[in-house]
Amino acid sequence: MKRYVVAAVPEIPPGTHKIIEVSGREVGVFNVNGAFYALLNRCPHGGAALCKGTVVGLVRPGGVGEYELIRKGEFLRCPWHGWEFEISSGQSYCDPTKVKARKFDVAVERGDDLVKGPYVAETYNVAIENDYVVLTL
Amino acid sequence: MKLPFRGAVDCDIHPAPPPMSALLPFMSDYWSDQLQNRYIDKFGFTLTSHNPLLAIHGRPDWRPKTGTPGSDIDVLRAQALDDFGSAFAICNVLHGATTLFHGDMAAAILGALNDWLAKELLPRDRRLRGSISVTLQDPKLAVAEIERCADNQDFVQVLLPALGELPIGRRLYWPVFEAAQRAGLPICLHAGSLYRQAPMGNGWPSYFVEDYVTQATAFEGALVSLLAEGVFRKFPDLTFVLAESGVTWLPQFVWRQDKMWLGVRTELPWIDRVPREIIRERVRMTLQPFDAPSDARVIQRIVEHFESDDILLFSTDYPHWHFDGDDVVPDGFTSELIRKIAIDNPYATYARLPRPVAPARNRTEVSA
Repeated sequence: MKRYVVAAVPEIPPGTHKIIEVSGREVGVFNVNGAFYALLNRCPHGGAALCKGTVVGLVRPGGVGEYELIRKGEFLRCPWHGWEFEISSGQSYCDPTKVKARKFDVAVERGDDLVKGPYVAETYNVAIENDYVVLTL
Repeated sequence: MKLPFRGAVDCDIHPAPPPMSALLPFMSDYWSDQLQNRYIDKFGFTLTSHNPLLAIHGRPDWRPKTGTPGSDIDVLRAQALDDFGSAFAICNVLHGATTLFHGDMAAAILGALNDWLAKELLPRDRRLRGSISVTLQDPKLAVAEIERCADNQDFVQVLLPALGELPIGRRLYWPVFEAAQRAGLPICLHAGSLYRQAPMGNGWPSYFVEDYVTQATAFEGALVSLLAEGVFRKFPDLTFVLAESGVTWLPQFVWRQDKMWLGVRTELPWIDRVPREIIRERVRMTLQPFDAPSDARVIQRIVEHFESDDILLFSTDYPHWHFDGDDVVPDGFTSELIRKIAIDNPYATYARLPRPVAPARNRTEVSA
């Protein structure tokens, strides 16, 4: 397992995400209401670039003619077949028993902790006073 | 093949609609007077898609010496009931008044038809049961008619054409579904159209054959409408019986329906499980006509695709011509499946049919 500094925190504000290539793999790093999550950019159902889908909410199951969107911004809808995945867990809400998106650990760490290592930071000059998004692969 | 036992429930037979002269006594003075003064009582009220002169609507050996197929009660009793050993047969009388644009007149004629059925036809043989004919132009009238007829236990379902004025699942029609559910009556959607729209999605047909062949798509449209509009969810105790649908289109419909639902299900938050499960529980189909080749092995595979023995209901579709002799069951049906479709499923679907206490006897035992 290696740890990679993939972004400075201000680069991925809440409600946005960034697709990065790390060690030959594309990973989407999401900021959901201030918390960071990372998913492999590959849908476990059909292989689409999952993280290029739309960030959406969940339609709450309801009575006939009742429409309600909940947990706005917490789900990712695959661009191919529209299946939704919970960003925080990779859990499929379409076929929960068979399908799960690959999730990676991601954390926010202070620059002064990071300079102690070990980590891989090919493109980042880590400044002691800033916060960084660190991905573990 | 033949039915291997007696005691089946035939879920779709067609006594001929009576002449208007037979219905006039069951109408109010106003409507009786109107129909006669305007010579409407002289009209045939024959449905375009159900012309009794056509061969398909009357098997040659099932045509009475005089009159239209299904018009002679003695012939019907012998051929539809005795020959198949049926314990019950459900009469779907297809009347042209269903298609009238004048909703009040349609309701008056169909009301008379229901009374004629209850008082003239059904009492002629205790094996006969009836369907309540209604028009949906004014759902309030349909509700009133269901409530008026429902106390008569000889009525076992409500009859509607597969193609009406609007997709059948629309909320406009929910009071009718509620009335049927309250009365414990399934809704039977029968092949046929009011011809408010072209029966084919791409326009009006030139030939009968186009209309007949595309009836299966009419049933698909009805079923997806009921699912999407939430009727199955809203009316949890209401069963829909598809009569003369052709049957074998259902597996591909279910596969396509499930696949599409997975992708766009956020449109329909009230569909909270795979549609095939809902269809298996809530939809029934009458056996004849059964669209399939005669090869028993092919038919067995088709039956497997239904993934349920609960869906089919035995029917002869008498006097329509879909098979010869008494080979009413497609080759390849197992004896267990035949028992399900001819006995268990009809009694489970139609709570108003009194199920005999003793099990149906095998035909060979009867003759021994």
